[in-house]
Formats: sequence, structure tokens, C-alpha cells
Amino acid sequence: MHFPKSQLWLALALVVAGVVSAFSGRIDAYFLDVALGAGINIVLAVSLNLINGFTGQFSLGHAGFMAVGAYTSAMLTTTFAAKLLPLVGGQTWILFPVALLAGGLVAAVAGIAVGAPSLRLKGDYLAIVTLGFGEIIKVVLQNIDALGAARGLYGVPSYTTVFWVFGLAAVTVYVVWALVNSTYGRGFLAVADDEIAAESMGLDTTRYKVTAFVVGAFFAGLAGGLYAHLKGYINPTGFDFNKSIEIVVIVILGGMGRHVGVVAAAILLSVLMEQLRRFGDYRMILYSLLLIVLMLARPQGLFAWRARRKAA
Amino acid sequence: MSEFLQQLLNGISMGAIYALIALGYTMVYGVLRFINFAHSDVFMVGSFVAFYVAPRLGSGSIAGGMSILCVAMAASALLGVVIEKLAYKPLRGRSTLTVLITAIGVSLLLQNVGQKLFGADPKAFPPIFPARTFHFGTVVVNSTQLVTLATTLVLLVALHLVVHHTRVGTAMRAVSFNATASSLVGIDNNRIISFTFALGSALAGAGGVLYALNYPSIDPLMGTLPGLKAFVAAVLGGIGNLAGAALGGLVIGLVETFVSGTRLSTYRDAIAFGILIAILLFRPAGLLGKARVEKV
Repeated sequence: MHFPKSQLWLALALVVAGVVSAFSGRIDAYFLDVALGAGINIVLAVSLNLINGFTGQFSLGHAGFMAVGAYTSAMLTTTFAAKLLPLVGGQTWILFPVALLAGGLVAAVAGIAVGAPSLRLKGDYLAIVTLGFGEIIKVVLQNIDALGAARGLYGVPSYTTVFWVFGLAAVTVYVVWALVNSTYGRGFLAVADDEIAAESMGLDTTRYKVTAFVVGAFFAGLAGGLYAHLKGYINPTGFDFNKSIEIVVIVILGGMGRHVGVVAAAILLSVLMEQLRRFGDYRMILYSLLLIVLMLARPQGLFAWRARRKAA
Repeated sequence: MSEFLQQLLNGISMGAIYALIALGYTMVYGVLRFINFAHSDVFMVGSFVAFYVAPRLGSGSIAGGMSILCVAMAASALLGVVIEKLAYKPLRGRSTLTVLITAIGVSLLLQNVGQKLFGADPKAFPPIFPARTFHFGTVVVNSTQLVTLATTLVLLVALHLVVHHTRVGTAMRAVSFNATASSLVGIDNNRIISFTFALGSALAGAGGVLYALNYPSIDPLMGTLPGLKAFVAAVLGGIGNLAGAALGGLVIGLVETFVSGTRLSTYRDAIAFGILIAILLFRPAGLLGKARVEKV
């Protein structure tokens, strides 16, 4: 019933992203950089929210999928660019989305590989296994010479624009929103609310969990591609445990399983991390203190004014 | 053969350190059912305390080394109790996730305060015990390994005695078994939880000192990787199970040391997680853990 309206919103968001993108040359470079970083964090947080928030599984390895997407797409636009560009008529604006999509798909495949066996586990165990997979992906990347090993990949072309970042952010928000509000998607919420009850109602809970995981990994892969083509340089330690934590923190601050809150938290945290830079060495100390205080004072998230249907 | 024995020895002493850290994870998990991410940073603080008190307490002699070790353990125990009181106690009864994120926050806080206080650059850890090497045939044993093994053994026996032969140990096991029932029979759960944190953190502090003896370069981020591996060890042995944690630590230490000697040595840090994933898939309760049936 809501679908036509939400699709309109998506179209509007894409148009706005396109228009702003056309004028992005006039935007202050620093502001633009922070804004694009925030946009990428929206993609990451919203996709993780599907896993951690709506489906109630605790993944600590999102940065690993981001790394898979970043490396895949960056390889396609650097090492393999000479072979691929002629196929698309030398048009980089075609190559880039293809590379992003490839990054997302490979990340999704990694999502199946990680999710299918480990989603039988619950809670803390799942958190640790996903953390372990994230670390394994990092170590493997550090050991593949063709991918620059520990040095990382240099000279990734800067294809990422306002349109791609905020267009994909809008698509991510739309897809996750539409998914959890669809008939099929009620299953995610059911798994989060009570797995045993959901199972006894005949839901294939493992299938739902894997689906959430794969969709989440796909978008994390896209975000990785955007990140690689924004920064122009990627290395394995950029996708370590701390990056995963950062995404989890955004989801928690936004309120698990909330749409608007998580987007707002992604923007807020990205801006905050920049603002804290003025405190120099004390930046991370303040960040961690803030995290602890927030957990003590508002564990339900910053933007949880209305109670969710479920008392988490 | 002698190389095998040598590697075996190296592996056991590495495993002993993992075991000490793993015990803290497993004990806290036993009473509070959450992963204390800050545990690995208590381990780091332990080694830094030893670093700073070493010049005053006279390192280089056995008595001096022992006193440094004791001070580091006491400081770590204190830190563990303070963390528990300030950060975890107000969250009693909240969702595991909230506590988990808080623990990560505490971990980040300790790391970053550490970088501010101690400096981010690695420091050379002094040899606080007299350095000697002993030759048994072709196998070389140095005093660091002997100290590591002896200290671990003493601490494990002491822990066993505390947990199984004292009133407070009995109370610990009761809280771990069923926290509601234990408070019903008059056990002060909060006091026991504090005690558990003190005990676990003291062991982590000892682990920190022993680790620094074996790898004499310490920095504020040194705890993360050994901490994660020790947690893996705890899960491997069956989380909540003390003997399991010790066994898990030993297994991880041995496997890692033997892998280091092969062509796969650069994958060393991934091995522990590979083992973890395998064990969780095939024996989720761990080597010594008992599978619990979920009641609906």
C-alpha cells in the first residue's frame, strides 16, 4: 500500500542527489569530504541494521564485507581497467557502477560463505565468529601480493561522486525499508522477536538470517567500493575490527531496528568524529567516554522517542 | 626431533600465557554472561605497571621479579574491580548487547588513555628475572620460559584451590550456575562478581607481565590480538569452564607456534579464528563444555 509513495521518495532522492552532484564543484571540499563519508556510513549502518537491528543477529564483521567490496571494485577499475574499459566504450561512468556491483556481489557471496555455517550460532558466539571472519579476511588480504598485501592498493581512480554516494544511500534505505515492510520481510522481525516462536510457526529462521546477512553484505560491499573510489587508497587495516565497531555503534546509537534513527546517527557520528579532531590526541578518549556514557544513559539509542513495537 | 621439542616448549609457554588471559574471560562469562572486551586491555595495563615499577623494585633477581609480578597483578585486579563497578554494574540486567558495547567502549578508553599516558611508541620491557639459558641435549630452555611455565602452574593451582576449596569459590560457582538461586540462598552476587573480576584481572595482569617477558616490546595496543586469541581459547575449551580455558590456551599456543614454523607463518594470526570457527561449527559447546538443552 505504501509502495508507490516510497518509490516516489526514492526517485526524488535520486534526482536531488543528481542535481547536487552536478553542482558539487561549488561545495567546499572539506565539507564535501565529510558529507561523502557520512553517506557511505549511512549505507554501512542501514545495511548492518537489517542484520543487527531487524533480524536481531549480532554481526561484528561488517568491515570485512566492506573490504571484499572495496578490493573487488578497486581491482576492476585499476588492474583490470585496461581490459574492461574497451568493453564499455571507454566510459568510466559505466565501468564504475559495474565495478561497484561486482564488489557488492562478491561481498554477498562472502556473506553466504560466512553466514550459512555460522548463523546456526546465537548471540555472543555469532558476534565472535563474525569478528573472526572479519579478521581472517584482513589477514588474507595482507597476504595476497596481487592486492598490494599489507601496503594496500594505490591509485584507485576517484569516481565516487555525490550522486553515487547519496543515490546508493537512498537505494539502501529504500531496499531495507521495503524488505522489512513486505510480507516476506515480517519474518526478519519474527526471528528477532522470538526465534523459537518463529520457528514453531513454520518459518525457516536460518534462511531468513542468511538472507539478511547476504543482503547486508551486498550493501557493505557497495559501500566498500564507494569508499575505495573516494579515498583513492585502501589497505587491509582500514577494514579492521575498529571499523566494524564503528558501524555497530552507529546502529546502536540510532536505535536498533529503526530506519530514520540509524540514518541520523550515521550523519551525527560522522560529523562528530570530524568535530572531535580539534581535540587532537584526546579525540578517541572522548569518543570512548561518550560511548560508555551513552550506553549507561540511553542504551535504547539516541533517537528512540517512540517505543518500538518490540521491547528490545 | 630436537626442533620439534624446542617448538613444543615454545608453544607451551605461549599457550600458558593465553591460558592465563582466557581464564579471566571464562570466569567473567561464567558469572555475567558477556564478553569482557576490556579484559585484553587490563592485560596491557598489567605489563605497563610492571614496566614502571621495575626500576624501583629492582629487576634482575628472582625476588625482585616476583614482587614486580605481584604489584602488576594487584594493580590489574584493582583496575578490573573499578571497571566493573563504574561501567558494568549500572548495566546489570540490561541486554547483553548494551553491556558488550560498553565493554568495547571501556577497551577503547583504556587503549587511548594508555596512548596518552604511556606514549604510543613501543617500549623495551626490561628483563625483570635473571636471564639464564639451560641446555638439555640440543633443546635450549631459557629462564623466561621457565618463569612463564612455573608462574602459570602456580597460578592455575592457586585458582583451582580458590574456586573449589574456599567459601568464596563455592559462591562463585553458585552464581555462575544460577544467579537467581544463589542470591536466594543469601549469596551477595555483587560481591562475588567483583571478586571474580579481581581474580580474572589479576591473572590477566600476570599474563601481561609474562607476555612482555617473552616479547619485550610493549605498547598500549598490544592487548588486542592476544586478547582475541585468548577469548578464542576460552570458547575452544568451552566457555565458563576453567579447565577448558587452560586447555584451549595451550592448544592455541601450540598450533600457532607450529604454524609459525611453516610456510603459512604469515597466516599465523588467522589460525586461531579458523580453529574457532571449526570448533563452533562442529562442537559449539567447546572441547570440555557441556551442551545445554534449551527449554521452551
